[in-house]
Amino acid sequence: MLSRVAETLYWFGRYIERAENTARLVSVNTNLMLDLPGSMAPGWGPLITLLGADAEYAERHPEVTELRVVNFLLSDAEHPSSIISTLEAARENLRTVREVLPREAWELINDLHHRALEVLRPNIARHDRHAALTTVILGTQALTGLLAGTMNHDIGYQFLNIGRKIERADMTTRIVDMRWENPLPEAASESDLSPFDNVLWMTILKSLSAYQMYRQSRQVRINRPDILAFLFQSMHFPRALAYCVEAIIVDLNEFPNNVLPLEAARALRHHLLSSKVAKMPDKTLHGFIDGLQLEIAKLHTLIAETYFLAPPEMIQSQTQTA
Amino acid sequence: MAINWDAYDNHPFHDELVSEHGNARTHARKLINYLENMSPEDLQERQDAADLAIKQMGITFRVYTQEEGAIDRAWPFDIVPRVIRKKEWNETEAGLKQRVQALNLFIDDLYHDQKCIKDGVFPKHVLAESVNFRKQCIGVNPPLGVWAHICGSDLVRDSDGTMYVLEDNLRVPSGVSYMLENRAVTKRVFPELFETYQPEPVASYPSDLFDTLAALSPRPGDTPEIVVMTPGIYNSAYFEHAYLAQQMGCELVEGRDLVVGDDDCVYMRNVEGLSRVDVIYRRIDDLFLDPEAFDPTSMLGVPGLLRAWKAGNVALANAPGAGVADDKVVYSYVPDLIKYYLDQDAIVSNVPTWRCMDKDSLKHVLANLKDLVVKPANESGGYGMLVGPASTKAEREEFAKLVAANPRNYIAQPTLGISTVPTVVRGGLLEPRHVDLRPFILSGKKMNVTTGGLTRVALRKGSLVVNSSQGGGSKDTWIVDA
Repeated sequence: MLSRVAETLYWFGRYIERAENTARLVSVNTNLMLDLPGSMAPGWGPLITLLGADAEYAERHPEVTELRVVNFLLSDAEHPSSIISTLEAARENLRTVREVLPREAWELINDLHHRALEVLRPNIARHDRHAALTTVILGTQALTGLLAGTMNHDIGYQFLNIGRKIERADMTTRIVDMRWENPLPEAASESDLSPFDNVLWMTILKSLSAYQMYRQSRQVRINRPDILAFLFQSMHFPRALAYCVEAIIVDLNEFPNNVLPLEAARALRHHLLSSKVAKMPDKTLHGFIDGLQLEIAKLHTLIAETYFLAPPEMIQSQTQTA
Repeated sequence: MAINWDAYDNHPFHDELVSEHGNARTHARKLINYLENMSPEDLQERQDAADLAIKQMGITFRVYTQEEGAIDRAWPFDIVPRVIRKKEWNETEAGLKQRVQALNLFIDDLYHDQKCIKDGVFPKHVLAESVNFRKQCIGVNPPLGVWAHICGSDLVRDSDGTMYVLEDNLRVPSGVSYMLENRAVTKRVFPELFETYQPEPVASYPSDLFDTLAALSPRPGDTPEIVVMTPGIYNSAYFEHAYLAQQMGCELVEGRDLVVGDDDCVYMRNVEGLSRVDVIYRRIDDLFLDPEAFDPTSMLGVPGLLRAWKAGNVALANAPGAGVADDKVVYSYVPDLIKYYLDQDAIVSNVPTWRCMDKDSLKHVLANLKDLVVKPANESGGYGMLVGPASTKAEREEFAKLVAANPRNYIAQPTLGISTVPTVVRGGLLEPRHVDLRPFILSGKKMNVTTGGLTRVALRKGSLVVNSSQGGGSKDTWIVDA
């Protein structure tokens, strides 16, 4: 497999995952705003922080309002991480490697991009938002399913998957960290969550489509330690960190010249599984998450240095933002 | 009824489907009957369905505008096929093979003994001023002695019904992917037509191309590693590069994916490390191929590529320098070249051509600009030409200066009344629009011509410009036994 193609597939995986995650986040935050009383509601600012786009947002918008944030995250073609921009980037990436993917995959992403342009209009009405976001989420899921079912599960597919898993692992840490950005008074005891804190933790689970799976797997009511253990250490839930890292290790295992990236992925897995994440107080948790994010970034760098084309080309650096 | 024969006015041009008397031509009768039984609404609906299919399939081309830069546009397609009788096509096909065979002998001769010059068939000064002659290629022996493995020749039919070759594209001709996609779209839109008609299939082109390329491999016996080399996603034909790579199951590479080793072999950069490349179907112009040999500022090429090619370690298709025959002045000599190399008369005619470098011709051309089409020798895409009857006095005066300043660079031809085909216009009605035809000719161990080719159509009423970058579209082309 050409290094350039591997890189493109990797980024394609990341962009698709990013579009889906952003759609989930906006959808869940919309619901959260309806559940919390005004004084408790975190508003829309934390979403921008969570996605690491504070500076860019501030440059373009004088204030944080629902309308502005939703436009920024959904339909703003100038913002490189908006859903429209990431789908556009995914489509452009796929175009450059369309000869290695099944033709239906190209038609699907092409169609998804066209449909997203139609439904993710600027200033979209709140009652249309859910349907529009569902279009994006189902579209990206259809693409995942199509590729899983029709593409050779060779090294190209593995790069695409690693891209998805790295993006997803990173996003999961960010979403849990949102808890830190929205401090509510710490609950007196860990099992005794205040009703609003309860709502917040449920929101986090739902952002990751994890609520139902959590209930099924843990069979306990909402409580902080179990949620943290589930989201960080589950080997069965596909959006849990440990699951993502394990999947990356399985793929990397088959790669040539894999010593350095594999080492980094294994270290990450070790840190995850050996940690006492369930018991960490908020401040420790925040530091722990920072550490994980650095490790994920390092894993990305090692994969890029080992497998992708060496010199950062003009086009790459302009269009592909981590 | 979608066709109002009283209003269908192709006069004075030859229509491919309709005779002078407003009747369907024999080979198009079933198609015309079928269209006659459709209402304009039905026909428009099918056209809309085709447009949607093209959007869904992502069949696009890139155009450049000053205002918007590069934009990706849906491929403009008209659903009414252009139909050609098989008997006529067989003869055209033989003529094309003959022509390309002579051209390849000519190119090989130019880079070796230049017998055609010594024998007085081709003037030395024309070669001396050719911008596509590459002195770096002198003495090179490409595999099988073939230089132009893929040729796209443009054909037009004049009002008297004669088919002419208008030009030969021997550098990096494009359009074949659209020929293949047009058929795929037509099958989606008119499935029932295929029950009564059996147009000859076009789908074998990618495997024919693969076989042609594989035969060039410097490592016979092995499964050759063939790649398609593209300038990248911003090239107007990128869609086609990706399409052909996909259809042939080859890697699509950019210059930065390749490297020439100390052993003068070409390698591509893989996740696993380097691996050898045997044949490069390059869709990038000579001058950008290799910054060591040609344009040193090229970012698209591979340093040392020409060295590897000369050493016989990699095959390039088309060979560098093949474009020397892709010159409208050279074009005017093709009938002589066919006679000289093959001792045959040309089967398909050239359009009568005045070479402005000849004093008498220049005089004639300057005096008759209003009736002629004047073309620069080395432009493609329909740029830089003057269409006399459609020009203003000021344009002609301006152009006369250009021609007088550099006569070698211009040729002139009579304005042909190129043929028409019924084409869907707004509201599902049919009107005549002008078409040309670009078949693709493959040369290797054997020769292959596409079944028909890409029919391009000028969608604007009265327009003769069929280039997609300038308002042209395309049609499916059917070769039928009737």
